[in-house]
Amino acid sequence: MIESISQFVHQGGYAGFVWGAFGMTFALLLAEIWQLRRSRRTILVRVGRLVRLRHPRQSTSPAASRPAAAETRR
Amino acid sequence: MGRTAAECYTAVLGKDMTINWFKYASPSAFYPVAGRLIPWFGAIALVLILASLYVGFFETADHLGGSNPQKEYYRIIFVHVPAAWMSMWLYLVLAGWSAIGLVFNTRLSYMMANALAPTGAIFTFIALWTGAFWGRPSWGTYWDWDPRLTSELILFFLYIGYIALHSAIDDTRRADRAGALLSIVGLVMLPIIFWSINCPDPTQCAALHQRSDPGAIHATILIPMLGMTLGFWSYSFATVFARLRGIILTRESDAAWVRDVIDREARA
Repeated sequence: MIESISQFVHQGGYAGFVWGAFGMTFALLLAEIWQLRRSRRTILVRVGRLVRLRHPRQSTSPAASRPAAAETRR
Repeated sequence: MGRTAAECYTAVLGKDMTINWFKYASPSAFYPVAGRLIPWFGAIALVLILASLYVGFFETADHLGGSNPQKEYYRIIFVHVPAAWMSMWLYLVLAGWSAIGLVFNTRLSYMMANALAPTGAIFTFIALWTGAFWGRPSWGTYWDWDPRLTSELILFFLYIGYIALHSAIDDTRRADRAGALLSIVGLVMLPIIFWSINCPDPTQCAALHQRSDPGAIHATILIPMLGMTLGFWSYSFATVFARLRGIILTRESDAAWVRDVIDREARA
């Protein structure tokens, strides 16, 4: 069992090439997914801020009351 | 009797069967559709890629046999060939949406082209990288100015150029049109990559890429290769739609429907 695993990892002496190719492929694909998730969060925050700036009263979300509150203090 | 299928459908479901495809050309209509499709494409991609990896790694090794050292590292083709196909296909789709955008002046087409570019660039890079890792053991070099390698490298620069040009122009509409033109001019690279084989007959010379007959490829190699291609394709749908949704929200932030979406997503 352990021997067959080490044989599999070894890839007939071409481990560096095989795992280098597959490793880079899946590292890039996973990095893209991670980047997309992160950018979705930032876009939601940024667009949400823009929307609240433009429509402070129409919005009903609790976060929207913050800029309005700042206005009354001034 | 005497009613058309469309009328029957309308009678049963109370809906009009004719789908108005132009409805989905508006960003507000496509945003939720893309959101619903992402998990499906993601799941299909995961299943296809894992299944192809399994077949590629465990079900093909003994078929090649012999003392051919290629039997140890040929597995690289299960990512190399699908990635190279996707790099060309996604570029064709990118240029296609660009052309539709130029002709019909539809915003969503440009956004689609925009969302495609990074994924296409990633697949082009993967094709080049895995090609280098295939080339070193089989031809003794990571890189050669072989026509196909060179033209694939230019395709990579075209993707990078499209992204750079688009982000260099502040006015989004002008950026869209400039990027669209660049991508359409860049289409010349696709036939060049496809036909750039400097060795038409493998028995006469040894070239890095040779013309091969798909029917001659053993099924245990062809099937995981095609499975991986479909998996990458499905993956591209998921990532491109995810990126498209971000682009739609950013560009349509003035619209009332975006306000509702933001409210809903903030609560979720």
